[in-house]
Amino acid sequence: MNEILEIIEQDPKKDPSEIALLTGYSEKEVQTRIKELEDSGIIRKYKAVIDWDRVGEEYVYAIIELKITLGDRSGYDKIAHRIASFNEVRSIRLISGDHDLSLTVRGQSMKDVAFFVAEKIATLDQVQNTVTHFVLKTYKEDGVPLFEQEKSRRLAISP
Amino acid sequence: MIDIKKTLSDKIKTVPPSGIRKYFDMVIGMDDVISLGVGEPDFVTPWHIREACIYSLEKGFTSYTSNSGLIELREAISDSFHNDYGVDYNPEDQVLVTTGVSEAADLALRAVVNPGDEVILHEPCYVSYKPGIILSGGTPVPVSTTRDNEFRLTGEQLEGAVTDKTKAIILSYPNNPTGAVMRKQDLEEIADVVVEHDLLVISDEVYDKLTYNGKHTCFSSLNGMEDCTILLNGLSKSHAMTGLRVGYAMGPPGLISAMLLIHQYTMLCAPITAQMGAIEALRNGEADMQAMVREYNRRRRFFVTGLNRLGLDCFEPRGAFYAFPSVESTGMTSSQFAEELLQQQKVAVVPGGVFGQCGDGFLRCSYASGLDELKTALERIEEFLS
Repeated sequence: MNEILEIIEQDPKKDPSEIALLTGYSEKEVQTRIKELEDSGIIRKYKAVIDWDRVGEEYVYAIIELKITLGDRSGYDKIAHRIASFNEVRSIRLISGDHDLSLTVRGQSMKDVAFFVAEKIATLDQVQNTVTHFVLKTYKEDGVPLFEQEKSRRLAISP
Repeated sequence: MIDIKKTLSDKIKTVPPSGIRKYFDMVIGMDDVISLGVGEPDFVTPWHIREACIYSLEKGFTSYTSNSGLIELREAISDSFHNDYGVDYNPEDQVLVTTGVSEAADLALRAVVNPGDEVILHEPCYVSYKPGIILSGGTPVPVSTTRDNEFRLTGEQLEGAVTDKTKAIILSYPNNPTGAVMRKQDLEEIADVVVEHDLLVISDEVYDKLTYNGKHTCFSSLNGMEDCTILLNGLSKSHAMTGLRVGYAMGPPGLISAMLLIHQYTMLCAPITAQMGAIEALRNGEADMQAMVREYNRRRRFFVTGLNRLGLDCFEPRGAFYAFPSVESTGMTSSQFAEELLQQQKVAVVPGGVFGQCGDGFLRCSYASGLDELKTALERIEEFLS
């Protein structure tokens, strides 16, 4: 099971017949297992890692840290779910340290992002303060380096 | 002007040139070659190990080390064998760190071989053993292993090769170039013959961590074998550290000290930077190693199935990262196959005959390459065969 996941995490486009060859399971078994993994929510979604800079799409990303005051009966989950509902929010995590929640936000411009934080996030009752860090450059995303790797210097023939 | 031919020693003239050289020269200058001819991992040394090397340089560790190697490294090596195989070697006088396993093999041979001594080796095998035996003044006695027996050496074959001049046998499983492994019962057969004739075993187990479908048996873990075995190993294959050159030899103190004697007057010590990396590899490298083994295993299944589908009969290799298919069905010799495949389809493989005559008719194909490359290689071989 983990073997299949490890392969899919690397390459979600891999054909079940090829996964079968790689793992030693039959193609049918691979299909059944993948279906199970999808149905049970272990596989949440198949996604591509895109270097938008190369497309010329000038998205602006920001990491925003929030200090939260918890209400009488609501925990972090409730406020986190609420913030997660905004399309602009790409990720949201409960973190340790000075702040409580860490968000990644994507917008079309800096103004766009600043506006979103000021209008939508800072105004929430439980949000005590916000710190916004604009992303200047992304070097690695989801385990994928976005810079050119040096070519291997391995010899073509060796004993 | 000196006459070069007259200047060379008689001994060096008896060492046959490496059969691999020719293919190396052919590949040079060719573009877009997919190489299955490589005897090393395609992975780069895991970053935490490289980082340890860098840090050691930053701290200014650039001196010689003890001839035997850093004691912390010898301790880490000793601990790993205790944990993995239940064999105990004292890091003080039973472990010698060398510049790769090749140096360790050379030291072992030079420490024990007298002129006229015979050293048995099973073929196909790594290209260095035979020249190593010749250079140390001994006579190599090759024993041919066969496809039918999945390239294992049997006790009977060994017994048949023993004479009153036999000094030692070189065992090398998991095997380069065949990917063959020896099960525990196979090794026990060998141990029986070793005991009967008081042989020394030089066991090169550098691929021990790369086994699939079953754990490797360390030869010196067999009953009574620790006292008559020089165990050779290193970090090149298990931790993708080939170019850093860290190997080691372990064995009875008397033998290790004899090897140390040669080592201290020739190599002095393995490079300290690489030794520092090796300590990190042995202490914290297990997870990276396991991930690499899982990846090799996938490629192995994929590639061996692919070869068999193309009609290149290949037994299931259970160790190292080589497949050893037969080209019999094509009617070609293995050299012919390899040369034409390279010229027509730009896929480099090494003909089996390079690893001993009995390897003729087979190819060594390394699957230590990315999956996409293996896929393209299979497509090109298919094109070549059609």
